[in-house]
Amino acid sequence: MGVYKLSASGGLKTPRTNYSSFLAGNPPANSYESIATITVGSGGQASAEFTSIPSTYSHLEVRFIGSNATGSNRMRLQINSDTASNYSTHVLIGDGSTVASIAGANTDKIAISAATSGTTSSFVTGVVSILDYANTNKYKTVRTFSGFDNNGNGEIDLNSGSWRNTAAITSLKFFWDTGNVTQYSSFALYGIK
Amino acid sequence: MPSTYTPIATQTLGSAATSVTFSSIPQTYTDLVLVIDSIASAGNAVYLQYNGDTGTNYSFTNMQGDGTGAYSARGSTTSEARIGSIGTTRYNSISHIMNYSNATTYKTCISRAARTEVSTWAFVNMWRNTAAITSILIAAGGATFSSGSTFTLYGIKGA
Repeated sequence: MGVYKLSASGGLKTPRTNYSSFLAGNPPANSYESIATITVGSGGQASAEFTSIPSTYSHLEVRFIGSNATGSNRMRLQINSDTASNYSTHVLIGDGSTVASIAGANTDKIAISAATSGTTSSFVTGVVSILDYANTNKYKTVRTFSGFDNNGNGEIDLNSGSWRNTAAITSLKFFWDTGNVTQYSSFALYGIK
Repeated sequence: MPSTYTPIATQTLGSAATSVTFSSIPQTYTDLVLVIDSIASAGNAVYLQYNGDTGTNYSFTNMQGDGTGAYSARGSTTSEARIGSIGTTRYNSISHIMNYSNATTYKTCISRAARTEVSTWAFVNMWRNTAAITSILIAAGGATFSSGSTFTLYGIKGA
């Protein structure tokens, strides 16, 4: 006997759809899920922080756009409220004329973004990837691709960072070196199964 | 759970074409991701134009490594948003167009691209327009995208 798909009202859906089992026809499981989004309102705010991050995914991804009124200002990340010198960073930078690299060891935060122009209409944007964030056997590695352009100045960056802690990540805090995260900045957290 | 990372449309060329356009892009996502896999008839910059805007309302900054050196360049007041450089060897790129439907901010796109035996690139470009993006044209100047080239547009929806 075939398995037929029913309409929302409970009758047979037409045209008729036949399935070979009760499992067929179910919507596919999603492996990329939205966890939370922070959109900054009028007046800005000091930071954007995701807390109580569930440990049910394999990896995390944060997609952001951010603006700041102070030039040469990089966005930073702290994990699980750790403000101690348990981080390190490497950055590959293209500034429109030269390629350079910077590094920081035993730092109290990870560099996440390209340095801003100080023009609030020009948004730095980036994708932050954190693999195996809930694994309690590993230090955590953060990888970011970010950039901004302001028609005459700009920067494109590849960043990597390490948090020397094996704890599962439960919170992520994003903030600028100086000044507020301005209005219209947005941070979206996704979980990947 | 509603799908978060959704294919919007795919175009696979049955014959060579000078450009590909995604139009009537739904405004229901947060970000767009454009994936290109292609070979072209000749070498040229690959670029995007939004909403039919052919004016000098774009700019870019890039970084490139070709095995000989690492370089960075800039284009100001350009008529297109550059995302890579195509040619007669295989090219692929992934471009992230963030907050494309936001009607209050200029639009920024970051792209990573690679071409076999040639180079790897990273680009950031800005479209100085606050309008929501409803169409994207992809072209390579005087070069044509070869038959079999694929262009896929995804939507990512935040909470």
